Amino acid sequence: MNPPGEVLEIVLGVLFNGLASAMILYVIAIGMSLTMGMMRFVNLAHGSFAMAGGYALVYFGEQVGVSFWTGVILATILVTVVSAVLERLLYRRLYGASELEQVLFSIGLIFVASAVARYLFGPSTQNVTVPDSLSGQISLGSFSASSYRTMLIMAGFILFGSMTLLLEKTSLGAKLRAAVDNRRMAESLGIRSDLLFIFTFCLGSALAAFGGALGAEVLPIRPSYAFDQLNYVLIVVAVGGLGTLYGPFVAALILGITDTACKYWFPELGAFFIFAAMVVLLLWRPNGVFSRT
Amino acid sequence: MKAHTTVPPEAAAALLQRHRFRPIEALPWIIIALVYFLLPKSLALGTQILIMVMFALSLDLLQGYAGITSLGHAVFFGTGAYAAGILTVNGVTEPLIGLLFSLVLCGAFGLLSGAIILRTHGLALLMLTLGILLMGAEFANRAAWLTGGADGLQGMEVGPIMGLIEFDFRSKVAYVYALIVLIIIFALVRFMVYSPYGRSLFGMQQNLNRMSAIGAPVRARLVAAYGISAAIAGVAGAVNAHVNAFVGPNVLTLELSAGVLTMLIFGGVGRLYGSFVGAAFYMIMHDYLARVDPTYWYLWLGVLLIAVVMYSKGGILGLADKAWALWGRK
Repeated sequence: MNPPGEVLEIVLGVLFNGLASAMILYVIAIGMSLTMGMMRFVNLAHGSFAMAGGYALVYFGEQVGVSFWTGVILATILVTVVSAVLERLLYRRLYGASELEQVLFSIGLIFVASAVARYLFGPSTQNVTVPDSLSGQISLGSFSASSYRTMLIMAGFILFGSMTLLLEKTSLGAKLRAAVDNRRMAESLGIRSDLLFIFTFCLGSALAAFGGALGAEVLPIRPSYAFDQLNYVLIVVAVGGLGTLYGPFVAALILGITDTACKYWFPELGAFFIFAAMVVLLLWRPNGVFSRT
Repeated sequence: MKAHTTVPPEAAAALLQRHRFRPIEALPWIIIALVYFLLPKSLALGTQILIMVMFALSLDLLQGYAGITSLGHAVFFGTGAYAAGILTVNGVTEPLIGLLFSLVLCGAFGLLSGAIILRTHGLALLMLTLGILLMGAEFANRAAWLTGGADGLQGMEVGPIMGLIEFDFRSKVAYVYALIVLIIIFALVRFMVYSPYGRSLFGMQQNLNRMSAIGAPVRARLVAAYGISAAIAGVAGAVNAHVNAFVGPNVLTLELSAGVLTMLIFGGVGRLYGSFVGAAFYMIMHDYLARVDPTYWYLWLGVLLIAVVMYSKGGILGLADKAWALWGRK
């Protein structure tokens, strides 16, 4: 048996690392949850925006040579612009299309994105240089934590807070919630849902790009990124439920921490438990555990 | 019941004719036969195409007729492949027993999982099909004592068919073996979709609530379709295991599920022969492009997928129909 102090340290470590990966998942998944809730669009390619954010950071950071934070901001802006173009050119024509069409269209986008990534950057995993201020450790008594992951957790909570404020306290947020709840009713009240949707779509991809760039150290940037992360992002969206703000947040927390714990204590189970839990939760509440319906 | 006689005679005739074998339907079979005689060097690829036709056909039943979108259909293909493979490794080397075993096992698996997950629809159903595939994949990956884990199932020595016909290195036997299984499956599926049961599936795809309102046992019929589709996918997986004498974890992936959906939409959904055209197109394109550079393969696959979804929802056969109609008008 380990002495009690050591056990506590391990538990804290698992919690901490789980929290860090939960926060990236949340930041990536929130946009998908919003767009899916509003237009019922199953955008499996959402993870590609996160991947694009990561690659853009690699380009700005390693090849142009700007600092880490400037790179993150530039990457987010670049991906947002690209996503706005894609929304106007492609996505909007498939709102209201069948599930099969949406699924296949977005899988097609994943393939194109990964081919472009492979063409531009090669098949290998990309290295991201983290600034010195983030590469160290923060000590708290006997427990020391990576300052990079601490930053991830803080960023996640700040984003969750600002998203809550945006959606709960502003009139834009009220319109958004109205459109998610009942789009046709909102439209008949004079809310321009198509404008709202492109805003939501761009916000979602901006957040995904931000998450992808920020989390590049934890979720490795490589051409298969969108497929690698798809399962986890989808679990957060489906289990969290559409049309709630804290649903995906709680779902990401549970998923991130459980996954880290399972991999630490039951490595022979792999991710089996996570997938089984998702199936059970969805059978229990098909609209998501935290949805209002 | 006099009301029945008021059906216009031409409509009644059309209904009676619709299941008849049309001459054009012989075309794919003639091509398949010609490949055997004219392209003996491509029979390995040909066998893979025939297997994928079977797999796509099973998905067509689900997607094109019952209207169920699945991201996890590979779980049945994979289970069938592993079941046949594990049976072979453990000494039951007769391929036909493997086929039957996979058929029964995957059919039961499909009925059971269908009965559980078909209570949901939309995103939840999509996620549940994916979730079951992921569980299967993770299980096959971890249960190395049974499946060989990440290395795949080693040492499969497939015996001769019915104790008589040995598989050869030129894939001649494999091709004919896959073809005969395909013919049996196709006859069954064709009979099914034109039967009243198949029509009621089609009705459910059009309007589930209305079918329910006119008294169709909707859930039971969907579950049955799911089970039959799973059994066929399992058989396709078993044939795949037999002719390759190997089963690896790549049979249980989202990529295979997405691939077979892609084949179906390339060929045309809900048309039976869409599976033939789509699988052949996909596999030949893959064979050609992936040999040059996998980057090109993914790029063209993605571009084509987007183009088909946006501009040609009927796939290649849909385009052919349109061209035929234009030509006929002239």
